[in-house]
Amino acid sequence: MADVTLKGVYKDFGPTRVIHGVDLDIKQGEFIVFVGPSGCGKSTLLRLIAGLEDISDGELFIDEQLVNQRSPKERKIAMVFQSYALYPHMSVFENMAFGLELSKVSRAEIEKKVRDTAEILELTPLLERKPKQLSGGQRQRVAIGRAIVRNPKVFLFDEPLSNLDAALRVQMRIEIAKLHREMNATMVYVTHDQTEAMTLADRIVVLNAGRVEQVGTPLELYHRPQNAFVGGFIGSPKMNFIDSRVVSIQDQGLEVALPGGTSVLASVHTDGVSVGDQVQIGIRPEHITVGSEGVLAGNVEVIESLGESHFLYVRDANRNLVTVQGKGDTQIKNGQSVRLNVPGTLCHVFRKDGKALMRGHNADMGNSTATMVTSELA
Amino acid sequence: MTLALSANGAGNKRMQKSDLTSARIRSAWLFLSPMLIVLAVVAGWPLLRTIWLGFTDANLTDLSQTTFIGLENYYVTFDGEAYGVLVDPDWWNAVWNTLWFTVVSVSLETIFGLFIALVLNAEFKGRGFVRAAVLIPWAIPTVVSAQMWGWMLHDQFGVLNEILLTIGLISQPIAWTADPDTAMWAVIMVDVWKTTPFMALLILAGLQMLPGDIYEAARVDGVHPVRVFFKVTLPLIKPALMVAIVFRALDALRIFDLIYVLTSNSSDTMSMSVYARQQLVDFQEVGYGSAAATLLFLIVAVMTTLTLMAGNVKLSEDPR
Repeated sequence: MADVTLKGVYKDFGPTRVIHGVDLDIKQGEFIVFVGPSGCGKSTLLRLIAGLEDISDGELFIDEQLVNQRSPKERKIAMVFQSYALYPHMSVFENMAFGLELSKVSRAEIEKKVRDTAEILELTPLLERKPKQLSGGQRQRVAIGRAIVRNPKVFLFDEPLSNLDAALRVQMRIEIAKLHREMNATMVYVTHDQTEAMTLADRIVVLNAGRVEQVGTPLELYHRPQNAFVGGFIGSPKMNFIDSRVVSIQDQGLEVALPGGTSVLASVHTDGVSVGDQVQIGIRPEHITVGSEGVLAGNVEVIESLGESHFLYVRDANRNLVTVQGKGDTQIKNGQSVRLNVPGTLCHVFRKDGKALMRGHNADMGNSTATMVTSELA
Repeated sequence: MTLALSANGAGNKRMQKSDLTSARIRSAWLFLSPMLIVLAVVAGWPLLRTIWLGFTDANLTDLSQTTFIGLENYYVTFDGEAYGVLVDPDWWNAVWNTLWFTVVSVSLETIFGLFIALVLNAEFKGRGFVRAAVLIPWAIPTVVSAQMWGWMLHDQFGVLNEILLTIGLISQPIAWTADPDTAMWAVIMVDVWKTTPFMALLILAGLQMLPGDIYEAARVDGVHPVRVFFKVTLPLIKPALMVAIVFRALDALRIFDLIYVLTSNSSDTMSMSVYARQQLVDFQEVGYGSAAATLLFLIVAVMTTLTLMAGNVKLSEDPR
């Protein structure tokens, strides 16, 4: 088990630069998740750590040793692939033992290691089966088992759950979390699924176009996104962005305009902005409530009811759709005009360059308290 | 059909075909019939006629005067001496030559083909060009390439002797296609040159079906590439390899043009096909030649069945 450190890591494919100087410190035992939209370079970054791709520039340390020129084997990493990458002609046992057979491990020891790992992963009854006789979840467990038997310093997961159906994905997610806790291993996990990222990660690395947008704990990213990209990427449904401008600067925060001529006082630090600046308000669907005294007026265009919650898609005065998430059922009908509360304490404000203005101390406050504060403000 | 059954409910209607099904069967036969007719005319009829002629004393001088003589072309005793194809040492020589040629040439083609396929499967600049270039020997008609090699192997004017003499590997010209020691090897060499690309192409198709991720998994596991080849690549392309070998072996068993152009009727290289042609055309013994051709057909048929059976067993063992 080991630390992993990236210092100014670049990767070029021919003339195309895909990773733009990534700096990252991964501590021993940490569960790090790389998340980002497709093509953001998250898999490439993982493959650079694995040694499946050469690092074009920069340094990679595993266990305080520079490993840029080392082979994957010498880096002592193990990788779990999206497609499982099991050897189709070998049994589960052979799949798990194949990587061990070269090292100076005795046959009996290999047998013991494989059987022990199979026991942990509940694969014992399947050891003689071929991969095609296994379900997707079982195959993925074999792939994880193959990584475990090698007792690597770092586990790398490349979207390991994306080929599984939704129910199985949740189950495997829990198993991986449990495994991480029990093994206390350093794990780097790539996914585009933010639920996986939020639930599994100690820290999340949000990547966009080959650059690190933000590194932080899941709740840090949720409550204090450093820029509009992270704000929009973390959270489901997606954060609403409302084009706005600064109306006035006050002690408690920034008064920003809302469509329809109203405004809201956002509890954010006001450094670097002045009255009249173009800004973007970010407000999460779950933080908006419907109420007669709301500051934002609009027509409900679509209602999606999920049972435990519902989504309203409201067309505001600027013809933009605002998503509202409410608990349980709703009496609201399609086409109805509604007014929406936009709580200032839960608003994010992004400058024109996308950078977030730092939010006030009550930024992490619970929903209900915040709503109360806002109604007063409104 | 299933829907119709459950709708009908009654079990006794199971044997009745619905209108839709019988319409489908009719159109299937309609589409199949042109090919079946063509096959019957160009393959079925000549085959049956050859088998029939093998039981007659037909002669090329007058084909109207043929009488049925039973198995006499195959085996007959006359004054205590046995006659017929089955006791003709020339025939068995041809059988032996053909088998030897098949085993050696197909083995060499498989090894070289595998090697070339592995190279062509790798990523490098100009791969498309090399792939096309490799196919050239296979694209040239056999008669043309055989004649070309015939000239190159010529004992007096051939370029091969010229080169070897210049380098000093041989002290006097070798009659490659005439010398009993080298004739078969010359034939095998030309066949390998000509057919390796075909093997390479079939194997390459198999290689390109392989998932790339298992090779990355092997790299991460630190498995040596040679071990990966024998433990992963070879078992996975075995089905494709088997198909390629069966195709080539069946082709090689009926080899005619290459041997005939290079060495004519030389007994050192005479294959079953060359033997049959010699009887049929040179000796005008249509009946006897047909008997040999029928035996050739039977041998190829038996070999095909055996290889397909062996191949099936192996295919079913395959995990994919």
